Amino acid sequence: MKLTNSLIYIFLFIIAVVTLFPFIWMFFTSFKVEADILAYPPSLIPRTFSLRSYLEIWNSIPFFRLFVNTVIFSVGVTFISVILDSMAAYAFARIDFPFKNILFIIVLVTLMIPFQVILIPLFKLLYELNWLNTYLGLIVPRASSAFGIFLLRQFFVKIPYALEDAARIDGCSEFTIFRKIIMPLSKPALATIAIFHFMYNWNDFLWPMVITNSMSMRTLPVGLALFRGEHVIEYGMLTAGAVLALLPIILVYLYAQKYFVQGIALTGLKG
Amino acid sequence: MQLLKKIKNSYKLRRKLMAYLFILPSLTIFILFILYPIVYSFIMSFYDWNILSTEASYIGLDNYNNMLNDSRFWNALKNTFYFSFGFVPIGIIISLILALFVNRKIKGKNIFRTIYFLPVIAPMSIIAIIWTFLLNPDIGMISYYFSLIGLENTAWLRDPDLAMPAVIMVSIWKEMGFNMVVFLAGLQSIDESYYEAARIDGATKLEQFFYVTLPLLKSTTAFVVIMTVIKSLQVFDQVYVMTGGGPLFSTETLVQYIYKLGFVNFNMGYGSTVAYALFILLLFVTIIQLRYFKGEE
Repeated sequence: MKLTNSLIYIFLFIIAVVTLFPFIWMFFTSFKVEADILAYPPSLIPRTFSLRSYLEIWNSIPFFRLFVNTVIFSVGVTFISVILDSMAAYAFARIDFPFKNILFIIVLVTLMIPFQVILIPLFKLLYELNWLNTYLGLIVPRASSAFGIFLLRQFFVKIPYALEDAARIDGCSEFTIFRKIIMPLSKPALATIAIFHFMYNWNDFLWPMVITNSMSMRTLPVGLALFRGEHVIEYGMLTAGAVLALLPIILVYLYAQKYFVQGIALTGLKG
Repeated sequence: MQLLKKIKNSYKLRRKLMAYLFILPSLTIFILFILYPIVYSFIMSFYDWNILSTEASYIGLDNYNNMLNDSRFWNALKNTFYFSFGFVPIGIIISLILALFVNRKIKGKNIFRTIYFLPVIAPMSIIAIIWTFLLNPDIGMISYYFSLIGLENTAWLRDPDLAMPAVIMVSIWKEMGFNMVVFLAGLQSIDESYYEAARIDGATKLEQFFYVTLPLLKSTTAFVVIMTVIKSLQVFDQVYVMTGGGPLFSTETLVQYIYKLGFVNFNMGYGSTVAYALFILLLFVTIIQLRYFKGEE
């Protein structure tokens, strides 16, 4: 028993090192000078610490702009989508209305359509709307998610009706009940969905790459990847950029780890 | 009485109207940005359609005929399956092992969980940049470590035989924490009494795993397999960043090919045809898997 536990520890430890190594390498490399990066044999720890990469990155690409774009895109989608998802989920969970089932099936069908398949016509549609290369074009098609509606509906149906009935007798409108009773009671579910949308869009690559075509509208994942395509050997700057791009999402993760894990566990248990 | 009924009815009607108002924004978005495009995509697949020209000409099944004779399409399909067959089984087994281990009552299991999940939350494109550097024979630490244990200092991503295994390896590294969490949730929903019963019957740890854990984990496993297969057939980011589909098209997957057709060659009609092929493939694979897992139950 003791032996098995030690073996398991060793295994877990090795995997942990393998998992962390690229992050650690990235972190240290971002502080190296160029000669240090190219030195052979390579060493993990910088011989001299330098902040040059961090200073240069702001001049070489509009890094601040990329950062702001990523925030606007991911926070924008998250904010709108959480509201629209929960509104739709509320109607599906707690109100009886004609064609409810058919409409819910439409929502489920959209869940089955892979985004890559509709990318070309979607691009054409945004082109005709003149929405390419705009925040509107980036955000609006993402502003509601069938996945969010589905998960929130599951949560909303379980909320007891007693509170709602009491509010109704007091003459509260449907919208007040939604905003003042259902939403506050659903904070954990809403946080889970919000984190999910935030992570998905902060990290997204193909969508912002296709919809934007100027560096000033790109997001961090796209901007850095395209920068690498053009400047293959700017290792220092790219690792510095990667550190800065990863920091916000890692901080959010460490702060709200519970909700990340919950979100994924939820998707797993629904099956 | 009459009045009360009237009030009640108008109240019910108002609620119904509210319900439509509540779902209207989401529904509009779905219809405009998902359902309309999927229909439009189907229509486009029968046209010779270049975004630079305004005219589109109807060419019937020509795009589909071309696709069946397009060696690059078959190559992309083959590479997509190659990726899938490497990524899905190895990734899932590693995730399951990790979940089993960090589910035990050991010290520091939360730290291990946090660490393993870290790559999941990072953007794939940025992870791919970092790994491209690590696998680079000139500056890469990984290549250097390999050379220390006697392996050749290989340019992984420039070798047609090694590029895809490298992409698969990086993908497994990035995603293993995701399925670990799903498995963990599944493991924690198994009641402890099953294991007690098994122990009383004298089952060893290994027997407990095969006769208690695995059968009770079936619905979780089914979900993980289906989702991972779907995800693997849509692989794009890491391929685009690490190899761009090369060398010699050895890593060009279906989505990578669709992207090139649509947004590099601007061949929107034919791009839609290949996109529909991917759609049908995904539907087909999902239905087969659902059938299989349903039949097992």
